[in-house]
Amino acid sequence: MRGEHRHELRELAETIFADARSRASASETGFDAGLWTTLEQAGLARLTLPEAAGGSGGSLTDLAVVLEAAGAYAARVPLVETDLLAGWLAHAAGLEVPAGPLTAATAELTIQPTGDGATVSGTLPRVPWARAATAIVVLAGDRVLVLPPAAVEITEGSNVAEEPRDTVTVADVTLGPGAVAAAPDGATARLGLRAALGRTLLLAGAARGALAESVRYAGERVQFGRPIGRFQAIQQQLALAAAEVAAVAAASAAAARTAAADGFGADTTAFAVAAAKARASEAAGVVARIAHQVHGAIGFTREHALRLVTTRLWAWRDEDGSEASWNDELGARALAAGGEGLWPLVTGAP
Amino acid sequence: MTETLPRLPTLVPPPIELPERAAALRAEVRTFLAGERAAGAWHPRADVWLSGWDERFSTELAKRGWLGMTIPAEYGGHGRTALDRYVVTEELLAAGAPVAAHWVADRQIGPSLMRFGTEEQRQRFLPGIARGEVYFGIGMSEPDSGSDLASVRSRAEPVDGGWSLTGTKVWTSGAHRAHAFFALVRTSPRDERNRHAGLSQLIVELDAPGVTIRPIPLLTGAHHFNEVVLNRVFVPDAMVLGEIGAGWHQVTSELAFERSGPERFLSTFPLLVALVGELAGTELDRGRRQALGGLVARLWTLRRMSLAVAGSLESGLAPELAAALVKDLGTRYENEVIDAARLLVSMPPDPGAEHGYARLLADAVLHAPGFTLRGGTNEVLRGIVARGLGLR
Repeated sequence: MRGEHRHELRELAETIFADARSRASASETGFDAGLWTTLEQAGLARLTLPEAAGGSGGSLTDLAVVLEAAGAYAARVPLVETDLLAGWLAHAAGLEVPAGPLTAATAELTIQPTGDGATVSGTLPRVPWARAATAIVVLAGDRVLVLPPAAVEITEGSNVAEEPRDTVTVADVTLGPGAVAAAPDGATARLGLRAALGRTLLLAGAARGALAESVRYAGERVQFGRPIGRFQAIQQQLALAAAEVAAVAAASAAAARTAAADGFGADTTAFAVAAAKARASEAAGVVARIAHQVHGAIGFTREHALRLVTTRLWAWRDEDGSEASWNDELGARALAAGGEGLWPLVTGAP
Repeated sequence: MTETLPRLPTLVPPPIELPERAAALRAEVRTFLAGERAAGAWHPRADVWLSGWDERFSTELAKRGWLGMTIPAEYGGHGRTALDRYVVTEELLAAGAPVAAHWVADRQIGPSLMRFGTEEQRQRFLPGIARGEVYFGIGMSEPDSGSDLASVRSRAEPVDGGWSLTGTKVWTSGAHRAHAFFALVRTSPRDERNRHAGLSQLIVELDAPGVTIRPIPLLTGAHHFNEVVLNRVFVPDAMVLGEIGAGWHQVTSELAFERSGPERFLSTFPLLVALVGELAGTELDRGRRQALGGLVARLWTLRRMSLAVAGSLESGLAPELAAALVKDLGTRYENEVIDAARLLVSMPPDPGAEHGYARLLADAVLHAPGFTLRGGTNEVLRGIVARGLGLR
């Protein structure tokens, strides 16, 4: 039953994201408002939030399916930010979750208590989708704040995939009691793991998308009198890319499953998400390089859709922790476990 | 017009969790292994499934019900699942325990006999396999047939009551100690239009008249490989495995089981354990911690891939493509552990050391060429992947 349900969800998500991509030209950037409306209507925009918070009460493993598809089609919507990060953070802090697309940030802000609320100041660098969000949910030390975009200054910026990564300047903004609350336990670590897992699932999709485009192109492009995919040199390269895509798929799905079963506060989840993001970030560059090599010059142009996934592979591998930072943590864990503790660490069986 | 991405084949099956009972089984195996280690029965080695021949150890495993686990009780086995066997196998390999004696029999001969064998063949071999007393080899490669397995020239001629077998098999690990092997041979002349037709598998007892076994020393000089020369060896009809002419199908159906197991990424794990042992307690700079962490991330991922394939096999599917990907990534990983070990610790590999880091590193370096060759070269595997992707 579960398998069937997941298959239907996958089909639904693929159809929605494919439609959105067909409607837009490859050169469009920024928030896709039409797609967001469709996702809200389909109950996919807040899949894992409880119904009390305006969500669908779905599981993380359901969300994994949707995020993978979003990555494969380079969907221009803040799904991870709304559902996994801002929505969760506001709801866990006991705040009302604002409607519409949301974003989240972790930052040092100056917070002056004023009556039941607070006056806040500071700068939030590189906030995803800030210009499109109806609210910016901030984890600032031991407080959670809900900032209305109208009260802050937003300076537009982007990542290498031209996704919004805006600087948000907060100057003496006064928030009422409904917009300030104590942060939930372990919020910093949990938010970091949620972001990394979301990013890993998007990477898995983008990697799959790049491979699928490359396999199609290799079957169509004729040189020396036959499709280039007939040459062993190309076959071997695509097989190497497929191995990386498979590794990311396995790692991201396993991490999502661990998080769903054990929760984001569990050490097993912290280890699985670290390993999955590290592996996905490592694979991203390999897959993008092979995809471009197979496509030749046409893939290197703005008109070609390949760049939608390859630029995301390059952007997302460094966001929410590159393989350098997650591997550093895994290395420290391995050293703490010692030789005899290494296998129990890897198997999750002490 | 909606433009969907082209469908890719399943590159990796859905993730699985091991059953609850696996935890208790794993704990039992670890306790047993810790006891063996404490008694100094053996030292952890790299590439143990090729080189760690220890018949005492195999019979100790058998006494505990850890050989022939998936073989039904009526044939002396234990009627357990392939996932239970997976847990035991990965624990043994991770510990660097000497599993070579029973390896081939336990991994593929038992399952093949259950799948293709006659009642008589099962009765004859399976109880001994489950007791850890009957060992097998693989008789596939020949001097002129490596990756191109369908070109084998060993041939069996029909004679009264059976077959007369003539030819030469090479790289047969442990043939000098094993009791029998499965020989892939031609039973009808080669047909260029259907190269896979006319092949059959025969069960050959290695002490039969006409069998000559000669060592082919590894580059270290160690004796694991053999040349097995078959000179008019009589094989009774009762020792034909499966159907005459179905050898290719039978052999390739074994391979999905053989390519995705933990032995495809754990051959150098004991070296990684020793490496962490050397580094633990030292002040490690960020770059070295990252290098170590990268090995951990890749290992965890490979294990999840391999488990996903095991779960798929258990549910009756044969994920050939996913299995090929595990083997390609896993055997390259085994080499990456060696490079990291060399660069993270300044200690020259020492083949003369009794045990420890320097010995593990030496064994790993000297055995590394085999990792990406055995069970189908990585280049051949990538060809299988390319076919799966629809490129050929």
